[in-house]
Amino acid sequence: MYSQGLDQRDDAPRRVDDPAATAHDSALHARFDERVDAEEKIEPNDWMPDSYRRTLIRQISQHAHSEVIGMQPEGNWITRAPSLRRKAVLLAKVQDEAGHGLYLYAAAETLGVTREELVDQLLEGRAKYSSIFNYPTLTWADMGAIGWLVDGAAIMNQVPLCRCSYGPYARAMVRICKEESFHQRQGFEIMLTLSRGTAEQTAMAQDALDRWWWPALMMFGPHDSESTHSEQSMAWKIKRFSNDELRQKFVDATVPQAKFLGLRVPDDDLHYDDATGHYVFGEPDWSEFAAVLRGEGPCNAQRMAHRRRAHDEGRWVREAAEAHAAKHPRSGGTPVGPEAQQWANAGVRA
Amino acid sequence: MTGQQVSWPLWEVFIRSRNGLHHAHVGSVHAVDAEMAVENARDVYTRRGEGVSIWVVPSTAIVASDPADKDSLFEPALDKIYRHPTFYEIPDGVGNI
Repeated sequence: MYSQGLDQRDDAPRRVDDPAATAHDSALHARFDERVDAEEKIEPNDWMPDSYRRTLIRQISQHAHSEVIGMQPEGNWITRAPSLRRKAVLLAKVQDEAGHGLYLYAAAETLGVTREELVDQLLEGRAKYSSIFNYPTLTWADMGAIGWLVDGAAIMNQVPLCRCSYGPYARAMVRICKEESFHQRQGFEIMLTLSRGTAEQTAMAQDALDRWWWPALMMFGPHDSESTHSEQSMAWKIKRFSNDELRQKFVDATVPQAKFLGLRVPDDDLHYDDATGHYVFGEPDWSEFAAVLRGEGPCNAQRMAHRRRAHDEGRWVREAAEAHAAKHPRSGGTPVGPEAQQWANAGVRA
Repeated sequence: MTGQQVSWPLWEVFIRSRNGLHHAHVGSVHAVDAEMAVENARDVYTRRGEGVSIWVVPSTAIVASDPADKDSLFEPALDKIYRHPTFYEIPDGVGNI
Protein backbone atom coordinates (compact mmCIF):
# COMPACT_ATOMS: atom_id res chain seq x y z
CA MET A 1 0.00 0.00 0.00
CA TYR A 2 1.10 3.55 -0.35
CA SER A 3 0.48 7.01 0.91
CA GLN A 4 0.02 9.87 -1.51
CA GLY A 5 1.11 13.40 -0.82
CA LEU A 6 4.34 12.00 0.54
CA ASP A 7 6.52 14.67 -0.91
CA GLN A 8 5.10 17.60 0.98
CA ARG A 9 7.84 19.67 2.40
CA ASP A 10 8.22 20.55 6.01
CA ASP A 11 7.98 24.32 6.23
CA ALA A 12 9.34 24.60 9.74
CA PRO A 13 11.41 27.76 10.24
CA ARG A 14 15.13 27.33 9.72
CA ARG A 15 17.43 28.12 12.58
CA VAL A 16 20.04 30.77 11.92
CA ASP A 17 23.56 29.45 12.07
CA ASP A 18 26.73 31.35 12.89
CA PRO A 19 28.92 32.05 9.83
CA ALA A 20 31.60 29.43 10.60
CA ALA A 21 29.02 26.73 11.03
CA THR A 22 27.33 27.86 7.83
CA ALA A 23 30.57 27.54 5.85
CA HIS A 24 31.15 24.09 7.31
CA ASP A 25 27.56 23.17 6.50
CA SER A 26 27.83 24.30 2.93
CA ALA A 27 30.91 22.13 2.38
CA LEU A 28 29.07 19.16 3.82
CA HIS A 29 26.07 20.09 1.74
CA ALA A 30 28.09 20.14 -1.47
CA ARG A 31 29.53 16.71 -0.64
CA PHE A 32 26.02 15.41 0.10
CA ASP A 33 24.72 16.68 -3.24
CA GLU A 34 27.64 15.06 -5.05
CA ARG A 35 26.96 11.73 -3.44
CA VAL A 36 23.24 11.87 -4.26
CA ASP A 37 24.02 12.86 -7.85
CA ALA A 38 26.43 9.92 -8.10
CA GLU A 39 23.61 7.59 -6.99
CA GLU A 40 25.42 6.77 -3.75
CA LYS A 41 23.13 5.72 -0.93
CA ILE A 42 22.90 7.99 2.09
CA GLU A 43 23.08 5.98 5.33
CA PRO A 44 21.85 6.89 8.84
CA ASN A 45 25.21 8.07 10.19
CA ASP A 46 26.06 10.15 7.13
CA TRP A 47 25.69 13.91 7.16
CA MET A 48 22.47 15.08 5.55
CA PRO A 49 20.67 18.43 5.36
CA ASP A 50 18.00 18.96 8.02
CA SER A 51 15.39 19.44 5.35
CA TYR A 52 16.27 16.08 3.72
CA ARG A 53 15.99 14.41 7.13
CA ARG A 54 12.65 16.07 7.90
CA THR A 55 11.23 15.27 4.49
CA LEU A 56 12.20 11.62 4.85
CA ILE A 57 10.86 11.32 8.39
CA ARG A 58 7.57 12.73 7.21
CA GLN A 59 7.38 10.65 4.06
CA ILE A 60 8.45 7.34 5.60
CA SER A 61 6.26 7.73 8.68
CA GLN A 62 3.21 8.68 6.62
CA HIS A 63 3.93 5.66 4.49
CA ALA A 64 4.12 3.51 7.65
CA HIS A 65 0.87 4.98 9.02
CA SER A 66 -0.80 4.17 5.70
CA GLU A 67 0.21 0.54 5.98
CA VAL A 68 -1.16 0.36 9.51
CA ILE A 69 -4.45 2.14 8.78
CA GLY A 70 -4.63 0.18 5.53
CA MET A 71 -5.26 -3.00 7.49
CA GLN A 72 -8.73 -1.79 8.45
CA PRO A 73 -10.64 -1.78 5.14
CA GLU A 74 -9.58 -5.37 4.46
CA GLY A 75 -9.72 -6.51 8.06
CA ASN A 76 -13.41 -5.69 7.72
CA TRP A 77 -13.90 -8.78 5.52
CA ILE A 78 -11.70 -11.41 7.17
CA THR A 79 -14.57 -12.95 9.12
CA ARG A 80 -16.82 -12.89 6.06
CA ALA A 81 -14.45 -14.19 3.39
CA PRO A 82 -16.39 -16.56 1.10
CA SER A 83 -14.08 -19.56 1.59
CA LEU A 84 -11.33 -20.80 3.85
CA ARG A 85 -8.81 -20.24 1.03
CA ARG A 86 -9.88 -16.63 0.59
CA LYS A 87 -9.80 -16.11 4.33
CA ALA A 88 -6.26 -17.48 4.69
CA VAL A 89 -5.10 -15.28 1.82
CA LEU A 90 -6.74 -12.16 3.22
CA LEU A 91 -5.28 -12.81 6.66
CA ALA A 92 -1.82 -13.18 5.12
CA LYS A 93 -2.26 -9.95 3.19
CA VAL A 94 -3.37 -7.95 6.21
CA GLN A 95 -0.45 -9.42 8.17
CA ASP A 96 1.86 -8.24 5.41
CA GLU A 97 0.50 -4.71 5.74
CA ALA A 98 1.38 -4.77 9.44
CA GLY A 99 4.84 -6.02 8.52
CA HIS A 100 5.26 -3.26 5.96
CA GLY A 101 4.33 -0.70 8.58
CA LEU A 102 7.01 -2.13 10.85
CA TYR A 103 9.73 -2.12 8.17
CA LEU A 104 8.91 1.51 7.50
CA TYR A 105 8.74 2.66 11.12
CA ALA A 106 12.16 1.04 11.61
CA ALA A 107 13.50 2.93 8.57
CA ALA A 108 12.07 6.23 9.90
CA GLU A 109 13.63 5.60 13.31
CA THR A 110 17.10 5.49 11.76
CA LEU A 111 16.62 9.23 11.17
CA GLY A 112 16.46 9.98 14.87
CA VAL A 113 12.76 9.89 15.67
CA THR A 114 11.28 7.40 18.14
CA ARG A 115 8.53 4.90 17.44
CA GLU A 116 6.48 6.42 20.25
CA GLU A 117 6.66 9.90 18.70
CA LEU A 118 5.49 8.54 15.38
CA VAL A 119 2.65 6.56 16.91
CA ASP A 120 1.61 9.62 18.91
CA GLN A 121 1.55 11.73 15.75
CA LEU A 122 -0.84 9.27 14.16
CA LEU A 123 -3.09 8.83 17.18
CA GLU A 124 -3.32 12.56 17.81
CA GLY A 125 -4.25 13.21 14.21
CA ARG A 126 -1.08 15.21 13.50
CA ALA A 127 0.17 12.82 10.82
CA LYS A 128 -1.40 11.98 7.50
CA TYR A 129 -1.97 8.62 5.95
CA SER A 130 -3.13 7.71 2.49
CA SER A 131 -6.66 8.97 1.92
CA ILE A 132 -7.57 5.85 -0.08
CA PHE A 133 -8.17 4.10 3.25
CA ASN A 134 -10.92 6.55 4.14
CA TYR A 135 -13.24 4.82 1.69
CA PRO A 136 -15.47 1.99 2.92
CA THR A 137 -15.31 -1.65 1.82
CA LEU A 138 -18.97 -2.37 1.13
CA THR A 139 -18.84 -5.77 -0.57
CA TRP A 140 -16.50 -8.73 -0.96
CA ALA A 141 -15.63 -7.47 -4.44
CA ASP A 142 -13.90 -4.54 -2.75
CA MET A 143 -11.23 -7.01 -1.58
CA GLY A 144 -10.59 -7.72 -5.24
CA ALA A 145 -10.64 -4.08 -6.30
CA ILE A 146 -8.29 -3.02 -3.50
CA GLY A 147 -5.73 -5.69 -4.29
CA TRP A 148 -5.92 -5.09 -8.02
CA LEU A 149 -6.19 -1.29 -8.11
CA VAL A 150 -4.96 0.08 -4.80
CA ASP A 151 -2.03 -2.30 -4.48
CA GLY A 152 -1.48 -1.97 -8.22
CA ALA A 153 -1.17 1.80 -7.86
CA ALA A 154 1.04 1.28 -4.82
CA ILE A 155 3.42 -0.88 -6.83
CA MET A 156 3.73 1.82 -9.51
CA ASN A 157 4.72 4.24 -6.78
CA GLN A 158 6.89 1.93 -4.75
CA VAL A 159 9.07 0.26 -7.35
CA PRO A 160 10.94 3.53 -8.05
CA LEU A 161 11.29 4.05 -4.28
CA CYS A 162 13.49 0.93 -4.18
CA ARG A 163 16.13 3.22 -5.74
CA CYS A 164 15.55 6.04 -3.27
CA SER A 165 18.73 7.81 -2.15
CA TYR A 166 18.18 6.96 1.51
CA GLY A 167 19.49 3.44 2.11
CA PRO A 168 17.17 2.20 4.87
CA TYR A 169 14.06 3.41 3.02
CA ALA A 170 15.23 1.85 -0.26
CA ARG A 171 15.92 -1.48 1.45
CA ALA A 172 12.53 -1.48 3.18
CA MET A 173 10.90 -0.83 -0.18
CA VAL A 174 12.69 -3.78 -1.78
CA ARG A 175 11.17 -6.09 0.81
CA ILE A 176 7.77 -4.48 0.46
CA CYS A 177 7.70 -4.64 -3.33
CA LYS A 178 8.54 -8.36 -3.29
CA GLU A 179 5.50 -8.98 -1.09
CA GLU A 180 3.20 -6.49 -2.79
CA SER A 181 3.12 -8.47 -6.00
CA PHE A 182 1.14 -11.22 -4.25
CA HIS A 183 -1.31 -8.59 -3.06
CA GLN A 184 -2.11 -7.37 -6.53
CA ARG A 185 -2.39 -10.82 -8.03
CA GLN A 186 -4.74 -12.12 -5.33
CA GLY A 187 -6.93 -9.06 -5.91
CA PHE A 188 -7.01 -9.60 -9.64
CA GLU A 189 -7.88 -13.25 -9.07
CA ILE A 190 -10.89 -12.23 -6.96
CA MET A 191 -12.02 -9.83 -9.70
CA LEU A 192 -11.53 -12.53 -12.33
CA THR A 193 -13.53 -15.09 -10.38
CA LEU A 194 -16.38 -12.64 -9.85
CA SER A 195 -16.39 -11.36 -13.42
CA ARG A 196 -16.63 -14.95 -14.71
CA GLY A 197 -19.37 -15.75 -12.22
CA THR A 198 -23.10 -15.12 -12.07
CA ALA A 199 -24.68 -11.89 -13.31
CA GLU A 200 -24.91 -10.79 -9.69
CA GLN A 201 -21.22 -11.46 -9.08
CA THR A 202 -20.22 -9.63 -12.25
CA ALA A 203 -22.32 -6.66 -11.19
CA MET A 204 -20.61 -6.71 -7.82
CA ALA A 205 -17.19 -6.62 -9.49
CA GLN A 206 -18.29 -3.75 -11.75
CA ASP A 207 -19.65 -1.81 -8.77
CA ALA A 208 -16.33 -2.21 -6.95
CA LEU A 209 -14.40 -0.98 -10.00
CA ASP A 210 -16.80 1.97 -10.30
CA ARG A 211 -16.16 3.02 -6.71
CA TRP A 212 -12.38 2.39 -6.52
CA TRP A 213 -11.20 3.59 -9.94
CA TRP A 214 -11.10 7.31 -9.25
CA PRO A 215 -9.77 7.10 -5.68
CA ALA A 216 -7.02 4.83 -7.04
CA LEU A 217 -6.05 7.47 -9.62
CA MET A 218 -5.99 10.08 -6.86
CA MET A 219 -3.46 7.98 -4.94
CA PHE A 220 -0.74 9.41 -7.19
CA GLY A 221 -1.38 12.84 -5.75
CA PRO A 222 -2.17 16.17 -7.40
CA HIS A 223 -1.12 17.13 -10.93
CA ASP A 224 2.56 17.93 -11.39
CA SER A 225 1.59 21.57 -11.91
CA GLU A 226 0.00 21.62 -8.43
CA SER A 227 2.66 19.53 -6.75
CA THR A 228 5.24 22.23 -6.14
CA HIS A 229 7.31 20.24 -3.65
CA SER A 230 8.04 17.35 -5.99
CA GLU A 231 11.00 19.12 -7.56
CA GLN A 232 13.13 18.99 -4.40
CA SER A 233 12.30 15.32 -3.83
CA MET A 234 13.32 14.58 -7.40
CA ALA A 235 16.62 16.45 -6.93
CA TRP A 236 17.26 14.42 -3.79
CA LYS A 237 16.44 11.25 -5.71
CA ILE A 238 13.77 10.34 -3.19
CA LYS A 239 11.22 10.55 -5.95
CA ARG A 240 12.05 9.32 -9.44
CA PHE A 241 8.90 9.94 -11.45
CA SER A 242 6.32 12.70 -11.26
CA ASN A 243 2.75 12.11 -10.06
CA ASP A 244 1.34 12.45 -13.58
CA GLU A 245 3.93 10.11 -15.09
CA LEU A 246 3.09 7.42 -12.55
CA ARG A 247 -0.65 7.94 -12.99
CA GLN A 248 -0.28 7.52 -16.75
CA LYS A 249 1.75 4.32 -16.29
CA PHE A 250 -0.94 2.96 -14.00
CA VAL A 251 -3.75 3.72 -16.45
CA ASP A 252 -1.81 2.24 -19.36
CA ALA A 253 -1.18 -0.96 -17.41
CA THR A 254 -4.63 -1.30 -15.86
CA VAL A 255 -7.10 -0.52 -18.64
CA PRO A 256 -6.18 -3.66 -20.65
CA GLN A 257 -6.62 -5.70 -17.47
CA ALA A 258 -10.12 -4.28 -17.03
CA LYS A 259 -10.87 -5.26 -20.63
CA PHE A 260 -9.66 -8.79 -19.88
CA LEU A 261 -12.08 -8.90 -16.97
CA GLY A 262 -14.87 -7.66 -19.24
CA LEU A 263 -15.48 -4.73 -16.93
CA ARG A 264 -15.99 -1.10 -17.87
CA VAL A 265 -13.68 1.58 -16.51
CA PRO A 266 -16.03 4.34 -15.29
CA ASP A 267 -14.58 7.11 -17.45
CA ASP A 268 -16.43 8.39 -20.55
CA ASP A 269 -13.33 10.20 -21.76
CA LEU A 270 -11.12 7.13 -21.70
CA HIS A 271 -9.66 6.20 -25.07
CA TYR A 272 -6.45 4.93 -26.58
CA ASP A 273 -4.34 7.45 -28.45
CA ASP A 274 -2.58 5.75 -31.36
CA ALA A 275 -0.24 8.69 -31.82
CA THR A 276 1.22 8.56 -28.29
CA GLY A 277 0.62 4.91 -27.46
CA HIS A 278 -1.03 5.97 -24.21
CA TYR A 279 -4.55 6.04 -22.86
CA VAL A 280 -6.16 9.44 -22.54
CA PHE A 281 -8.32 9.63 -19.45
CA GLY A 282 -10.67 12.00 -17.66
CA GLU A 283 -10.08 14.27 -14.74
CA PRO A 284 -10.51 12.93 -11.19
CA ASP A 285 -12.74 14.99 -8.91
CA TRP A 286 -10.04 16.94 -7.13
CA SER A 287 -12.53 18.59 -4.80
CA GLU A 288 -13.31 15.12 -3.44
CA PHE A 289 -9.59 14.48 -3.02
CA ALA A 290 -9.20 17.72 -1.07
CA ALA A 291 -12.22 16.94 1.09
CA VAL A 292 -10.94 13.48 2.04
CA LEU A 293 -7.54 14.98 2.85
CA ARG A 294 -9.28 17.51 5.10
CA GLY A 295 -10.79 14.62 7.02
CA GLU A 296 -14.20 14.68 5.38
CA GLY A 297 -14.00 11.30 3.68
CA PRO A 298 -16.60 8.64 4.40
CA CYS A 299 -14.44 6.79 6.96
CA ASN A 300 -11.82 9.21 8.33
CA ALA A 301 -13.38 9.38 11.80
CA GLN A 302 -14.05 5.65 11.90
CA ARG A 303 -10.49 4.73 10.94
CA MET A 304 -8.96 6.97 13.60
CA ALA A 305 -11.41 5.89 16.29
CA HIS A 306 -10.66 2.25 15.54
CA ARG A 307 -6.90 2.84 15.60
CA ARG A 308 -7.11 4.62 18.95
CA ARG A 309 -9.33 1.93 20.41
CA ALA A 310 -6.99 -0.83 19.25
CA HIS A 311 -4.08 1.05 20.78
CA ASP A 312 -5.87 1.54 24.09
CA GLU A 313 -7.03 -2.06 24.24
CA GLY A 314 -3.45 -3.21 23.73
CA ARG A 315 -2.16 -1.17 26.64
CA TRP A 316 -2.42 -3.99 29.19
CA VAL A 317 -0.42 -6.26 26.88
CA ARG A 318 2.38 -3.71 26.63
CA GLU A 319 2.35 -3.18 30.37
CA ALA A 320 2.42 -6.92 31.02
CA ALA A 321 5.37 -7.33 28.65
CA GLU A 322 7.26 -4.58 30.44
CA ALA A 323 6.47 -6.08 33.85
CA HIS A 324 7.63 -9.50 32.67
CA ALA A 325 10.88 -8.08 31.32
CA ALA A 326 11.49 -6.25 34.60
CA LYS A 327 11.02 -9.49 36.52
CA HIS A 328 13.38 -11.45 34.25
CA PRO A 329 16.22 -9.04 33.55
CA ARG A 330 18.47 -11.87 32.34
CA SER A 331 16.76 -12.00 28.98
CA GLY A 332 16.73 -8.22 28.67
CA GLY A 333 19.51 -5.86 27.55
CA THR A 334 22.33 -8.44 27.86
CA PRO A 335 24.23 -8.59 24.58
CA VAL A 336 23.46 -11.86 22.85
CA GLY A 337 26.33 -12.85 20.56
CA PRO A 338 26.58 -15.94 18.40
CA GLU A 339 28.22 -17.97 21.15
CA ALA A 340 25.64 -16.93 23.69
CA GLN A 341 22.77 -17.72 21.38
CA GLN A 342 22.24 -21.26 22.63
CA TRP A 343 22.25 -20.02 26.16
CA ALA A 344 19.77 -17.32 25.26
CA ASN A 345 17.49 -19.80 23.52
CA ALA A 346 17.61 -22.12 26.51
CA GLY A 347 17.13 -19.21 28.87
CA VAL A 348 14.10 -17.69 27.22
CA ARG A 349 12.37 -21.01 26.93
CA ALA A 350 12.92 -21.97 30.56
CA MET B 1 -1.01 8.92 24.63
CA THR B 2 0.77 5.69 23.76
CA GLY B 3 0.85 4.75 27.42
CA GLN B 4 4.47 3.84 26.86
CA GLN B 5 6.78 6.00 28.93
CA VAL B 6 10.05 4.68 27.59
CA SER B 7 11.05 3.25 24.25
CA TRP B 8 11.39 -0.50 24.22
CA PRO B 9 14.96 -1.59 23.45
CA LEU B 10 15.88 -1.90 19.81
CA TRP B 11 17.29 -5.20 18.56
CA GLU B 12 19.13 -5.86 15.33
CA VAL B 13 17.94 -8.97 13.54
CA PHE B 14 20.21 -11.39 11.67
CA ILE B 15 18.82 -14.31 9.72
CA ARG B 16 20.42 -17.43 8.32
CA SER B 17 18.48 -17.92 5.13
CA ARG B 18 19.56 -21.53 4.52
CA ASN B 19 21.68 -24.16 6.21
CA GLY B 20 25.34 -23.52 5.55
CA LEU B 21 24.99 -19.79 4.95
CA HIS B 22 25.98 -17.11 7.42
CA HIS B 23 23.50 -14.95 9.27
CA ALA B 24 22.90 -11.65 7.55
CA HIS B 25 21.42 -8.44 8.92
CA VAL B 26 17.83 -7.91 7.79
CA GLY B 27 16.50 -5.10 9.99
CA SER B 28 15.48 -4.32 13.52
CA VAL B 29 12.61 -4.75 15.96
CA HIS B 30 11.59 -3.29 19.28
CA ALA B 31 11.04 -5.72 22.14
CA VAL B 32 11.14 -5.70 25.92
CA ASP B 33 13.43 -8.71 26.08
CA ALA B 34 15.34 -11.22 23.98
CA GLU B 35 12.50 -13.71 23.82
CA MET B 36 10.08 -11.14 22.47
CA ALA B 37 12.73 -9.88 20.07
CA VAL B 38 13.10 -13.37 18.57
CA GLU B 39 9.33 -13.74 18.29
CA ASN B 40 8.89 -10.32 16.73
CA ALA B 41 11.75 -10.95 14.32
CA ARG B 42 10.13 -14.20 13.30
CA ASP B 43 6.78 -12.47 12.64
CA VAL B 44 8.24 -9.48 10.84
CA TYR B 45 11.10 -10.98 8.84
CA THR B 46 10.25 -14.63 8.13
CA ARG B 47 6.68 -14.73 6.86
CA ARG B 48 7.77 -16.50 3.69
CA GLY B 49 10.32 -19.01 4.87
CA GLU B 50 13.20 -16.53 4.65
CA GLY B 51 15.20 -18.21 7.37
CA VAL B 52 16.19 -21.25 9.38
CA SER B 53 17.78 -19.38 12.29
CA ILE B 54 17.46 -15.95 13.89
CA TRP B 55 19.93 -13.93 15.95
CA VAL B 56 18.83 -10.82 17.78
CA VAL B 57 21.40 -8.42 19.18
CA PRO B 58 20.71 -5.33 21.29
CA SER B 59 21.38 -2.42 18.95
CA THR B 60 23.41 -0.76 21.67
CA ALA B 61 25.87 -3.67 21.47
CA ILE B 62 26.75 -2.89 17.85
CA VAL B 63 29.93 -0.90 17.38
CA ALA B 64 30.12 0.72 13.97
CA SER B 65 32.92 2.38 12.06
CA ASP B 66 32.56 6.11 11.57
CA PRO B 67 31.57 7.09 8.01
CA ALA B 68 34.13 9.91 8.31
CA ASP B 69 36.88 7.27 8.65
CA LYS B 70 35.87 5.57 5.43
CA ASP B 71 38.94 6.66 3.48
CA SER B 72 41.53 5.88 6.13
CA LEU B 73 39.98 2.48 6.78
CA PHE B 74 39.24 1.20 3.32
CA GLU B 75 41.16 3.25 0.83
CA PRO B 76 44.51 1.49 1.54
CA ALA B 77 43.06 -1.74 0.11
CA LEU B 78 42.05 -0.18 -3.18
CA ASP B 79 45.52 -0.01 -4.76
CA LYS B 80 46.57 -3.50 -3.71
CA ILE B 81 45.33 -5.22 -6.79
CA TYR B 82 47.98 -7.92 -6.33
CA ARG B 83 45.73 -9.35 -3.63
CA HIS B 84 43.40 -10.57 -6.36
CA PRO B 85 44.10 -13.69 -8.44
CA THR B 86 43.40 -11.83 -11.67
CA PHE B 87 46.58 -9.78 -11.08
CA TYR B 88 48.73 -12.73 -12.14
CA GLU B 89 49.19 -13.93 -15.68
CA ILE B 90 49.35 -17.68 -16.09
CA PRO B 91 50.03 -19.12 -19.58
CA ASP B 92 47.22 -21.11 -21.19
CA GLY B 93 49.20 -24.32 -21.16
CA VAL B 94 49.37 -24.46 -17.41
CA GLY B 95 45.72 -25.45 -17.05
CA ASN B 96 43.66 -24.69 -14.01
CA ILE B 97 45.58 -23.00 -11.27
